[in-house]
Amino acid sequence: MNGKNEAMPFPRQQIVLSGLGGQGVLFVSRLLAEAAIRKGEPVLTSETHGMAQRGGVVVSHLKVGGFASPLVRAGQADGLFVLSEENFPHHRAFLRPAGWAVVNARPGRKDEPRGAIHAIDADGLALSAGNGPAANLVLLGFALSRLGARDEGGLLFCTAEGVREALAERLGEKGSLLQASLDAVALGMLHGKR
Amino acid sequence: MLGNDAIARGLVESGCAIAASYPGTPASEILSSVVRWRNALALRLHAEWSVNEKVAFEIAYTGSLTGLRAAVSMKQVGLNVASDPLMSAAYMGVKGGFLVISADDPGPHSSQTEQDSRLMAMMAKIPVLDPSSPAHAMELVGLGYELSEAFEIPVMLRPTTRICHACQDILPGEIRPLSREADFRKFPDRWAATPKYRHVLHKELTQKLAAIAAWPRTAPVRVNPGTKAEKAVVASGIAAAHAQEILSESGLIDRVAFYRVVQPYPLHAEFIAHVLSSYEEILVLEETAGVIEMQMADRSRVRGKLSGTVPEAGELVPEIAERLIASFAGVAGGSVAPPAEGGGRRPTLCAGCPHRSSFYAIKKAAPKGIYPSDIGCYTLGLNLGGVDTVLCMGAAISQAAGFYQAYRLSGKQADIVATIGDSTFYHAGVPPLMDAVVQGARFVLVILDNSTTAMTGYQPTPGAGRGASGEPTTAVDMEGLVRACGVSYCKVGTPSRLPEFTALLKEALAASRAEGPAVVIAREPCVMDRAQAKRLPPRKHVYITEECNGCRYCTSQFECPALVYDEEGKRVEVDGLLCTGCGVCLHVCPIQAIKEQLPEGGSR
Ligand code: SF4
Ligand code: SF4
Repeated sequence: MNGKNEAMPFPRQQIVLSGLGGQGVLFVSRLLAEAAIRKGEPVLTSETHGMAQRGGVVVSHLKVGGFASPLVRAGQADGLFVLSEENFPHHRAFLRPAGWAVVNARPGRKDEPRGAIHAIDADGLALSAGNGPAANLVLLGFALSRLGARDEGGLLFCTAEGVREALAERLGEKGSLLQASLDAVALGMLHGKR
Repeated sequence: MLGNDAIARGLVESGCAIAASYPGTPASEILSSVVRWRNALALRLHAEWSVNEKVAFEIAYTGSLTGLRAAVSMKQVGLNVASDPLMSAAYMGVKGGFLVISADDPGPHSSQTEQDSRLMAMMAKIPVLDPSSPAHAMELVGLGYELSEAFEIPVMLRPTTRICHACQDILPGEIRPLSREADFRKFPDRWAATPKYRHVLHKELTQKLAAIAAWPRTAPVRVNPGTKAEKAVVASGIAAAHAQEILSESGLIDRVAFYRVVQPYPLHAEFIAHVLSSYEEILVLEETAGVIEMQMADRSRVRGKLSGTVPEAGELVPEIAERLIASFAGVAGGSVAPPAEGGGRRPTLCAGCPHRSSFYAIKKAAPKGIYPSDIGCYTLGLNLGGVDTVLCMGAAISQAAGFYQAYRLSGKQADIVATIGDSTFYHAGVPPLMDAVVQGARFVLVILDNSTTAMTGYQPTPGAGRGASGEPTTAVDMEGLVRACGVSYCKVGTPSRLPEFTALLKEALAASRAEGPAVVIAREPCVMDRAQAKRLPPRKHVYITEECNGCRYCTSQFECPALVYDEEGKRVEVDGLLCTGCGVCLHVCPIQAIKEQLPEGGSR
């Protein structure tokens, strides 16, 4: 029953974000949801709260376009965003066969030959830029430039500009934090260029 | 908007004037969000974090007796605590609309049980509404108030984790403030009914329920009217959302009738008759119990939890719903299994968490002890071997007493050290402590006082001296309270001063053997609570010396996430990002390979 959704007014997108409590999975999923809303697309997300946020496995589901359920079924995700490499073998079950993944991995991890799995040492980059906690945004920046926006022939439902605007909306009052966050996204984007 | 924000928005839009809650995942954000809107829009609304769910219920319920709209919110196990007033309030009824919001946690993701609050609604004989999206939840708040006022009855709204913690794009509606004033009309026959009149009230309640089972506004919705079908899927809550998506994507929506139930109890009588007479087979998808299903008079053609078709335990995740729908409709599909929950990493106390030092000290002071514990972040003391039992809120103290009495009968001695958080102590710990004093139970109670309800998002406790929006309040004096229970040994210690704290525990153990329960208050702020950041001690810069021999004692026995074993170097390293500089590990390493780097040119 793997449905095709030709009837939908715009292509829908399902993304699963995975990480450990404290890595900022929730922040990225809310940012992307915000970017979707800014484009006028209906969005549903599902978040992990409670006990798991204390360092346990945290998963967010993000569904852009007309969906009823907030959860992504196994084998249906268009994309996977992995902040903790150790979750990857586990959560790749969410991906559909042609899906893509971006993975925050230890240096030296090779992209997989099929070309759809992209790895980057976001932790290391964020640390060397003096903003360790922003590895989530570095990975997001990486995804934005590596995958590209759908509007521009890429794979992601939103553009880098959309993410920057969403960031500005969320952190607008905290000027220095906003700048640091934008820098982290930019750093990731730099490394996403092929 | 987060589902819980949507519920809160529904409350303020409907003119709710009294909102009370006790924090618990997945319901916690409802009250915080009500407070945010109250402050942003300068609404006349009393919002409070009550000491427990029973108190929250009674305060909100009484608000409704004065004609104001009121709501109480909590997680499902909180409703157990509030079940006493719930049962009685159903008989007496309400004046202003009254919503009981009880958030269920199928899975369970963050709870002791995955009980179905709708069964509690059935037992109390009140109607329950089951939203299937955040937007639907917001809508049902308004509808719930109308239902409550139309029949003068408490109404339950039962969201689940997947509603509470789903985010959806929702445009807020208009705030419609009610120009009502508190006006309590005395009517002792009703508000203070004696058993004789309770009988009359019960009869009235039964009549109300029959009428509610015919109220058109909450009747089940046929999602695909006009579709000719021999089979029907009937679903409520998040299961209805999963079903809708799966039916549409697979095209089955053109062949199978699909009903979304809004009010699972009382199920509309006409609907029951209609589905039973119109379809050859009916599949019921709901969480967590078979509440809709059990109201179907003739279940010979009904497939659900009671028939054994739908799993009775665990979350009804969309992969399972897909499999059930496919086999029900006789088509292929739904063979993909959901990725198993959790995966590799288990949750653990934060780096620098004072609870970690408390548990470490407890194990040092009473190495062969029995450790009853309770509900909160500190339940994670399990990982450290510092938690042997967790039953329900407040039970650490009664269980400690229970262990003492049982061992005493057998002529055995055991060191019993119970742990309970400050919020949990206020919630349900005071009565068992009085009991332990009266019965002379001998154990040490460590109250882990970090002055916040950390697990659920740092809500204030009665001892914090702050209200729901941070405004100053009178603070309960914990030592005074403990002493007033009759405890003679009550001392305060700082867990991060590990050697002193361990000595204090030993002293308390000795005292408890002589004089009954001894209490140690482990007082140190939660490292994650921004409201208390100023109270944190100065950071120490710790590092690992060359002497580290990789014995892994610190990572296995102390388990600070900032201490990481490096497989290549065969020794432990400090993760500078995670380390809070609490310095406790300085006392943990058996060969003193963890050292403090003193600030330039300075001794301290
Ligand atoms: S949130 Fe606070 S109380 Fe909870 S584990 Fe972290 S530091 Fe400890
Ligand atoms: S000082 Fe030691 S115990 Fe404290 S957070 Fe850092 S590594 Fe963990």
